[in-house]
Amino acid sequence: MIRQLKTIGIAAVLFACLPLFLNAYWIDVLNSVGMYAILGLSLNLIVGHTGLFNLGHAAFYAVGAYTAAILNTKFQIPVLLLLPVCGFAAGLFALIVSKPIIHLRGDYLCIVTIGVGEIVRIALINDVFGITGGSNGIFGISRPSLFGFVIRTPLEFFYLIWAFAAITVLLFHLLERSRFGRALNYLREDEVAAEGSGINTAHYKLASFVIGAAWAGMAGNLFAAKMTIISPDSFTFWESVVMFAIVILGGSGSIPGVLVGAFLIVGLPEVFREFANARMLVFGAAMMVMMVFRTQGLLPARPRPYAIPALPEGEGGE
Amino acid sequence: MEQFFQQLTNGLAVGSIYALIALGYTMVYGVLKLINFAHSDLFTLGAYLGLTLLSSLLLVDRLGPLGGALVLAAMVMGLVAVAGALLDRVAYRPLRESPRLSAVVSALGASIFLQNTIMLIYGARYRVYPPDILPKASIHMLGVDIPLVRILILGASVIMMAGLFVFIQKTRIGTAIRAAAIDQGAARLMGIDVNRVILLVFMVGPALGGAAGLMVGLYYGQINFTMGWGYGLKAFTAAILGGIGNIPGAMVGGILLGLIESMSAAYLSFAWKDAIAFCVLILILIVRPTGLLGERVAEKV
Repeated sequence: MIRQLKTIGIAAVLFACLPLFLNAYWIDVLNSVGMYAILGLSLNLIVGHTGLFNLGHAAFYAVGAYTAAILNTKFQIPVLLLLPVCGFAAGLFALIVSKPIIHLRGDYLCIVTIGVGEIVRIALINDVFGITGGSNGIFGISRPSLFGFVIRTPLEFFYLIWAFAAITVLLFHLLERSRFGRALNYLREDEVAAEGSGINTAHYKLASFVIGAAWAGMAGNLFAAKMTIISPDSFTFWESVVMFAIVILGGSGSIPGVLVGAFLIVGLPEVFREFANARMLVFGAAMMVMMVFRTQGLLPARPRPYAIPALPEGEGGE
Repeated sequence: MEQFFQQLTNGLAVGSIYALIALGYTMVYGVLKLINFAHSDLFTLGAYLGLTLLSSLLLVDRLGPLGGALVLAAMVMGLVAVAGALLDRVAYRPLRESPRLSAVVSALGASIFLQNTIMLIYGARYRVYPPDILPKASIHMLGVDIPLVRILILGASVIMMAGLFVFIQKTRIGTAIRAAAIDQGAARLMGIDVNRVILLVFMVGPALGGAAGLMVGLYYGQINFTMGWGYGLKAFTAAILGGIGNIPGAMVGGILLGLIESMSAAYLSFAWKDAIAFCVLILILIVRPTGLLGERVAEKV
């Protein structure tokens, strides 16, 4: 355990020094990786741990981003102060839409989440309530500032995004180890048995969905702060597909897996730039090949050992 | 009233195109429990192959409009069926025993691959079908003029769907497909070669999807390499609406979705038509969680 912490600590310090050797372009790529890592981790709770087939995660990301953009441009509230508000808005939205549909089985839930994603995107394009700016989106979102220090350059955003990603990793790690996380895994593996053991499956599914969505909403806030312009184009079905692929390709239910997945899915198209027009073709082929050769994902979740206290003599056992 | 009938026939035509694509989704799902996301790109492939064959073979000039269209459709369906079989072999067969969501990601990868292959071959711009393939006639019916293309599309889809229905319900191979969908293990014990059934499903489904692609080309006159996303999503919605895995369900769902879409575009709001279609889907699923006709596949407890 101590050794593991040491390794993680050293890796984190090395990673934090990395941007000193990179130009602004590659730092920006790393920032994208960080954003998708946060999104992937939030989706991992829903898809990986609970086994709910969510292909509309971009909807919650969009709700968070637009909440930040609207409140910031209309009321000049500092963007980073809005983080909890964005999380709350996305979570509330997820609660409202998923409450009636959470009991749907696998693929039925999948199409409904796709549908929710599309409805949100169409609503944004059609300037719903007259506040989303239609297909042009919203511009002029102010730069985030932390204790009076305004964050502008890719390098500064690198530390903001990856600090948030680190917090995300820590919190989701604790959540995964908790009683709550075990309950989610149980109902993923066998819903009937979980229900039989007294786990309120509908409640836990809903909770996992809402927490994942709220986290995506906060990622939306960071996205709005980073881009200063947001439009419905950033929240298409394709975004949901990317997040989903990150989770499954990296290793469903595994935090290191999701991080590796984010690096591959966001990074590979950059590496493949030399193929020019064929780069997405190579990317699609790579996705297939990786899935065929690593069906469990690149870094699958390992079973967690639990020490069972030894039984006293005479009870059970021999 | 005239607008109503125009929208009705338009909705039926578009709906039957959705239904043809939806059949591909639902048949594969029935046997493999896999959402074949690359199906939408096989549909696009059908549209592009149709364009190539039309312009290179001069079918219409040699065989007349109807004969030419028939031969063209047969060729497109055959080629897309081969592509479907190849897709299964490369992207799905190695993943038969692995977690279901892994196969979904492989399907998404296959979809990206196919879409970009089409783009590299044909270019990213819209391509236009020659306008003079089918006669520009229209038929006077119910007090309105209905374009001939629309009626041909509707008729051809109905014939293909009826053929499929008879094939699935009345023939030995159809029975094997249904058996494999209910219980693969038991079907194998009864001497059914399940891998051949899956291969067959991956040929019949894409063949219908390819025909639908050709119809879109003929109906709207222009095609694009990304058009599969939109149609695929709609067709998948239709398959779920009817109850995925259920063949008559896909037909009903497709037609219904086409009607909902054209009616809401005409009477409610054009900009919101897709959102309305999804809202109706969600409402129906809240009331009937396994779609309109339910699922024929037994639930394992």
